[in-house]
Amino acid sequence: MQIGIFTVGDITTDPTTGATPTEHERIKAAVAIATKAEEVGLDVFAHGEHHNPPFHPSSPTTLLGYVAAKTDRIILSTATTLITTNDPVKIAEDYSVLQHLAEGRVDLMMGRGNTGPVYPWFGKDIRDGISLAVENYALLRRLWREPVVDWEGKFRTPLQGFTLAPQPMDGVPPFVWHGSIRSPEIAEQAAFYGDGFFHNNIFWPITHTRQMVNLYRRRWEHYGHGPADTAIVGLGGQFFMRRNSQDAVREFRPYFDEAPVYGHGPSMEDFMQQTPLTVGSPQQVIERTLSFRDAVGDYQRQLFLIDHAGLPLKTVLEQLDLLGEILPELRKGFDQNRPAHVPEAPTHASLVAAAEADRVHRDELVAAVDDVTGRSPYDTVGAGEKA
Amino acid sequence: MSNTVVVISAGVGTPSSSHLLGEQLGKATQRVLAAAGRPIEVQHVELRTLASDLAHQLVTHVPSPALTDVYGAVGRAVGVIVVSPVFNASYSGLFKLFFDLMDEGVMAGRPVLLSATGGTARHSLVIDTAILPLFHYLKALISPVGVFAATADWGDSTSQLSSRIESAAREFGQLVAERPGTPMQDEFSTEIDFADLLRGA
Repeated sequence: MQIGIFTVGDITTDPTTGATPTEHERIKAAVAIATKAEEVGLDVFAHGEHHNPPFHPSSPTTLLGYVAAKTDRIILSTATTLITTNDPVKIAEDYSVLQHLAEGRVDLMMGRGNTGPVYPWFGKDIRDGISLAVENYALLRRLWREPVVDWEGKFRTPLQGFTLAPQPMDGVPPFVWHGSIRSPEIAEQAAFYGDGFFHNNIFWPITHTRQMVNLYRRRWEHYGHGPADTAIVGLGGQFFMRRNSQDAVREFRPYFDEAPVYGHGPSMEDFMQQTPLTVGSPQQVIERTLSFRDAVGDYQRQLFLIDHAGLPLKTVLEQLDLLGEILPELRKGFDQNRPAHVPEAPTHASLVAAAEADRVHRDELVAAVDDVTGRSPYDTVGAGEKA
Repeated sequence: MSNTVVVISAGVGTPSSSHLLGEQLGKATQRVLAAAGRPIEVQHVELRTLASDLAHQLVTHVPSPALTDVYGAVGRAVGVIVVSPVFNASYSGLFKLFFDLMDEGVMAGRPVLLSATGGTARHSLVIDTAILPLFHYLKALISPVGVFAATADWGDSTSQLSSRIESAAREFGQLVAERPGTPMQDEFSTEIDFADLLRGA
């Protein structure tokens, strides 16, 4: 089980002090949060991507590259990478470089982005969101897997004889998750490719999250990747912890009431009841988090949103300390009664091992060298090349 | 197969004349369909009880459990009766909000009886000028006879309110019998063939 945090990179005024961090402060805070996340023992740090204020992270690989240099162990991911408005060629290039620099500690979560005006700034139309996600990702996969790509699609200029440089590290592309709150097409896409599926699990009741995850699991099995309970599922979530639950409620309420997206809406109590938000003691966070399994089955990745809504860096770092303290309890809970055949989330090491096993398996199946020509069956021209 | 007609009334008072009109239209429809051998259930929804849920959904995009239930019921209804009070020459904001926040396609092809209440008969064209365009936009199957009830109509036998309710229910009942609304498909049970998506279908 991977446990980590994700941030959207919002720049929000602290409602209790009226202070608004500068972009510079928030960018440096993201680095402080990421390094702290590794220090307290978390497995994943995922960073958002936005191209409009009040968000700062327009260049996630620059930020993650810097974090990679400051950390040794934590997996760097995205929440999310905009597969709609970014050029898939640039995604392939940027994340290949990042993967090399981070020694393979990289995966990505694809998302569409829901801000209408951002699309035309990149020459796209939000109404094509699903089609863009489908076509761009299909191309991205080929760029990371085929030595030479000839390609023509609807949304991007054609490619003839394109070779990605650099190639992914060890010939193994980063693992990909697909994030969606309520588009069945995206769950379908994740299932089709045998990729991971991530539900943000923040705004909606867990019953809704379960419907999306179940669809993905069912279709994972349909496409032949294995039994439904072996699909790779990630969930979001959010908490605010203090040792005493009354303190947590009192301290977080002004942030909740003014929070972007759900602020000025339902009461914090209603929202806690209707969504996975937990504001309370460490024990309450443990119990609530472990209950997600009852809704979606044993899963592979749990990411928490802890640094939004204007919470000061000091408070966020305190939240990370508390998360670090309950981490052993969370891991123990997630391991309890987890069937042996439920896989862990793929990592670079596991993907390299799987590719190696696959190669050995193929060598056993076919003669290494053709009797007549003396050539190995793997000497053939690349799949995308014309002989 | 559902056999429920849902009555959505946006009256804000208690008691409310919109709710009263909705009740009478529901009962009349029940009688018409029972006589035709197709008994139905009638479910009443008073939007005033959902007003804060609707306001919250407007800003957070997330329906409350109560709203999820109501939208689900509308999505399964064989027909829908809508009643709005007239506010400033149109339907009320609460009435509009309910349909604004409804998922796309829920009203499409679903029989709907349009009705409204107002202080005086001078508002009676509100059904044609305001409510009708909204339900055309939602692609609802609109019953040809609507009912407008002015305050004075409730005490005036020459207003023929009862017979107007009966005749509206007759037309609506016939529509429900012949072309009942079909349940919305569960979006998570729909199986898309990814190959179609890849082809851009």
